[in-house]
Amino acid sequence: MTTKFTPDHEYIRVEGSTGIVGITPYAQEALGDIVFVELPSVGKVLKKGDEAAVVESVKAASEIYAPVSGTVTEVNDALTGNPGLINSDPEAAGWIYKIAIADAGEIDSLLDSDAYAELTL
Amino acid sequence: MRYLPHSDHERAEMLGVIGATDIDALFSAVPKSALKTFDLGLPAHSPEFLVEAHMKALAAKNHAGADGPFFVGAGAYRHHVPATVDHLIQRSEWLTAYTPYQPEISQGTLQMLFEFQTQVAKLTGMDVANASLYDGSTGTAEAVLMARRLTRRNKVVLSGGLHPHYRDVVRAYLKDDADLECLSASPEGQGDILDHIDEQTAAIVVQTPDFYGHLRNIKTAADAAHAKGALLIVVITEVVSLGLLEAPGALGADIVVAEGQSIGNALNFGGPYLGLMATRKEFIRQMPGRLCGETVDAEGQRGFVLTLSTREQHIRREKATSNICTNSGLCALAFSIHMGLLGEAGFTRLARLNHANACKLADALAAVNGVEVLNSTFFNEMTIRTSLPAAALIERLAQRGILAGVPVSRLEPTDASIANLIVLAATELTTDADIAALCAALSEELK
Amino acid sequence: MSMNNQGRPTGTGSIGSGFTSTSGSALLPNEPLLFEIGDTEHSGVDLPDVEISTSRLGGFERKMPLDLAGLTEPEAMRHYVRLSRLNHSIDSGMYPLGSCTMKHNPRLNEKMARLPGFSDIHPLQPVSTVQGALEMMNQLSHWLMTLTNTAAVALTPKAGAHGELLGMMAIKAAQDAAGQSHRRIVLVPESAHGTNPATAAFLGYSVKPIPARDDGTVDVQAVKNALSPDVAAIMLTNPNTCGLFEPQVIEIAEAVHAAGAFFYCDGANFNAIMGVVRPGDLGIDAMHINLHKTFSTPHGGGGPGAGPVVLSAALAPFAPVPFVRKGSNGLDLVEHAEGGALGRITAFQGQMGMYVRALTYMLSHGGDGLAQAAQDAVLNANYIKARLQHVFSVPFGDYPTMHEALFDDSFLAGTGVTTLDFAKALIDEGFHPMTMYFPLVVHGAMLIEPTESESKQTLDHFCDVMEELALDAKAGNKERFTSAPLKAPRRRLDETRAARSPILKWERPDEALKAAE
Repeated sequence: MTTKFTPDHEYIRVEGSTGIVGITPYAQEALGDIVFVELPSVGKVLKKGDEAAVVESVKAASEIYAPVSGTVTEVNDALTGNPGLINSDPEAAGWIYKIAIADAGEIDSLLDSDAYAELTL
Repeated sequence: MRYLPHSDHERAEMLGVIGATDIDALFSAVPKSALKTFDLGLPAHSPEFLVEAHMKALAAKNHAGADGPFFVGAGAYRHHVPATVDHLIQRSEWLTAYTPYQPEISQGTLQMLFEFQTQVAKLTGMDVANASLYDGSTGTAEAVLMARRLTRRNKVVLSGGLHPHYRDVVRAYLKDDADLECLSASPEGQGDILDHIDEQTAAIVVQTPDFYGHLRNIKTAADAAHAKGALLIVVITEVVSLGLLEAPGALGADIVVAEGQSIGNALNFGGPYLGLMATRKEFIRQMPGRLCGETVDAEGQRGFVLTLSTREQHIRREKATSNICTNSGLCALAFSIHMGLLGEAGFTRLARLNHANACKLADALAAVNGVEVLNSTFFNEMTIRTSLPAAALIERLAQRGILAGVPVSRLEPTDASIANLIVLAATELTTDADIAALCAALSEELK
Repeated sequence: MSMNNQGRPTGTGSIGSGFTSTSGSALLPNEPLLFEIGDTEHSGVDLPDVEISTSRLGGFERKMPLDLAGLTEPEAMRHYVRLSRLNHSIDSGMYPLGSCTMKHNPRLNEKMARLPGFSDIHPLQPVSTVQGALEMMNQLSHWLMTLTNTAAVALTPKAGAHGELLGMMAIKAAQDAAGQSHRRIVLVPESAHGTNPATAAFLGYSVKPIPARDDGTVDVQAVKNALSPDVAAIMLTNPNTCGLFEPQVIEIAEAVHAAGAFFYCDGANFNAIMGVVRPGDLGIDAMHINLHKTFSTPHGGGGPGAGPVVLSAALAPFAPVPFVRKGSNGLDLVEHAEGGALGRITAFQGQMGMYVRALTYMLSHGGDGLAQAAQDAVLNANYIKARLQHVFSVPFGDYPTMHEALFDDSFLAGTGVTTLDFAKALIDEGFHPMTMYFPLVVHGAMLIEPTESESKQTLDHFCDVMEELALDAKAGNKERFTSAPLKAPRRRLDETRAARSPILKWERPDEALKAAE
């Protein structure tokens, strides 16, 4: 199991051929209290870089992009009633959607945790 | 100069604290070629009584509504505004406050906006209303853009009964794109927008009472739109009609846009006016404009804040729901106070009075030779066909001191079939004597 | 209640037991909602209850209850007066909100706007009966064109952002007419008002940001590097959002024009230069003017505004309708677009009521008074900067500022006090806070615009308070700031809770309960 990052502050945790996507602790901190999440529909086909979801905080609304290409297999419905999960537990309970990874090669082009940490210094 | 507090002595003292030799030193970043290199040739400052005389002389050249019989409507209506309304909106705390960005010291404006939103939601029968937009015409354009965002479809059909100015504004906002279909003018209430709805349609826009005064069937339009997955946008230019007519929300409307000027706001030659917008609960995140919401403060006391504002200040600005920054706060206040004074009892009576006077007007006009009333249904406004071209006729009646309505050709100059049509409105201010004077003058002119 | 890292409540606290109506304390009222004190039977308007013999409503009569609460006149008067007292306003105290120009609103303006010859005329009554109104619009246009040295003005935009939209539409129309539709890029400096990129994107342009220099201004070389045959326009705010005059603005305009593009100027800060600098002399092609900022029409709790746009000769033919033109028989109102013009952006003639107020203000001030007002606005901002710079941190200290003093939050480093906390503490001292966290290019920005309306005495008092607060923050008295405001009608409000489960209208307690289930 590896976790990779994008410069736009999404993470993707790779479990076999599935990726679990959310935003990093750094991103939730910068956004402030999340008040609304617009989830993708299950079955949606995404290309790397496509807009997959929208998170809205008291400060800003921002897109969550697809870190890799693939098909949405599951979304975190708990966020609809409790968007604050992204603030309290961004990397576990605050995940946003799961994606069936179409091209495993795309994973390699993403940032590893050291490179991401350097970006957010 | 009466608005400027500093004496020359104080100015010199302040420059001393700054360490500047003279005021021009503070403008040192301005290129020399552009700083005070001109003589404006504008008049010098003037005492209050002279300014007043100047403005009064200009105002006196206009024929005011109260100067004679008045039947002009077509999107702006002459109603009575209680003295209380105009007094209250001139209180410093309402007039000279800004947008309530600091809620702790803006609870007056915020609570008023919450009350206003509630009033508009109840009037329209919709779940939620925003804190107002510029006016009905720009509100209609915003509603069309909102429908496109919601449906992710592009085609929009505008009814032939939509106010021609509103249609023109939608055209300008949409850059007249190929997916905008504007049906031709339908002064007799004809034209079936329902035939134009297909699977690509984002929304149809239907006005009721329409520009020509006809009442349109909203339920039928809503059902037809929904059958194809399209939205129904209902436009209302005379909000008083909602005192007697069924709420669009009860008939299936998805977005309601109205011009709110009729309640609390004077004619003002066209502005400032008040755009009302209401919609379904599930659409609020795509609704443009400010919203006020209830919350609590750090001690648990009820209070109000502007909310969901990130929709407008989207981090990627091109995704913002609109570029609107200002609402029409003071006009919304006037509306809300007037509506609070009326209440259901007063508002219903006001609407009945408008309709009753319009019925009298229609009956009297129908009896004039050379006049045909085109409406079988109306609220307080109707269209007549006259035996002579309307524009010149209206001008001659104006010379007699009667403002007899709007020649449709003024708004639709290219359509020859409507050259003899006039749109007229009656309100609670219309008297039997006004109607008699109009009909007598028309009889003479059309002899 | 827990607070987040900005010091705002986070919505996780316990829910209050609902509203309890009390009369408040002393002069600070607690006012129930209209719907909690009114009902559907009371009314404050006397109207006859007429019979309608044959209704023409065609079966579309209302069946859904209106359920609108009404108040009698004395009750209404008290409700709205009590509510009003919960607001800060220009008339009750200094309102130094940067980029908003909260100057004095003369009451002569209000009196003139209410003359029946202006307020009781209909936008569609015959043009022959409104010659005075058209003449008034012409006079206002003359003042605006003279102050800016431009060829034309489009009066109709309803507010600044609407004017911005119109100005960019005119540029697009002009380029379409000249076969230049391939120009799809608009340059926008990073320090711009957020509405600028939004407007450009709305019209289908792609936005190319221009970085700010270390001194907060735009580098002409950066503009030149970004220019290409595909650039339609630059949108530049001048004076800029940091309160600085762009020293290279003429060179920027020349470079933009040489590349065949237009110069849109955001005129939100025109108050700093009116009567002193004419934007037309700087090479601008279009600029909106916020009548509610520069020309004293009231802000009204958030509108109505008015945003006329002045246009260069190149753009004048592309102005929207309607506009006033001299005809054979007096003044005409041109209401239908000719040629490549872009049509209509609002019903009717725009914000007439605001035109009257603005012209009244201009006539009161005169050309000399307007120039003096601009100079006093700049003097006041520089005075604040001079008095406070030893305690506060100034990001761009090299230039004199224009009409705004800008500080960053580095003076608060290590105190645990944020810009937001500092602003809220200012409320307890009787002042409206300054603009916070804008412009974005400055960390923790505090943007102070005193306007020309403040006396030296008020400015001194403001500076004393600001200085005392800054020293107290540095002395470690954090609690005073993080708990502020304590003396306002409300403590800090829970914005997170408002956004997470929006309550946007009043519902009867039983309905609200049902809706929550």
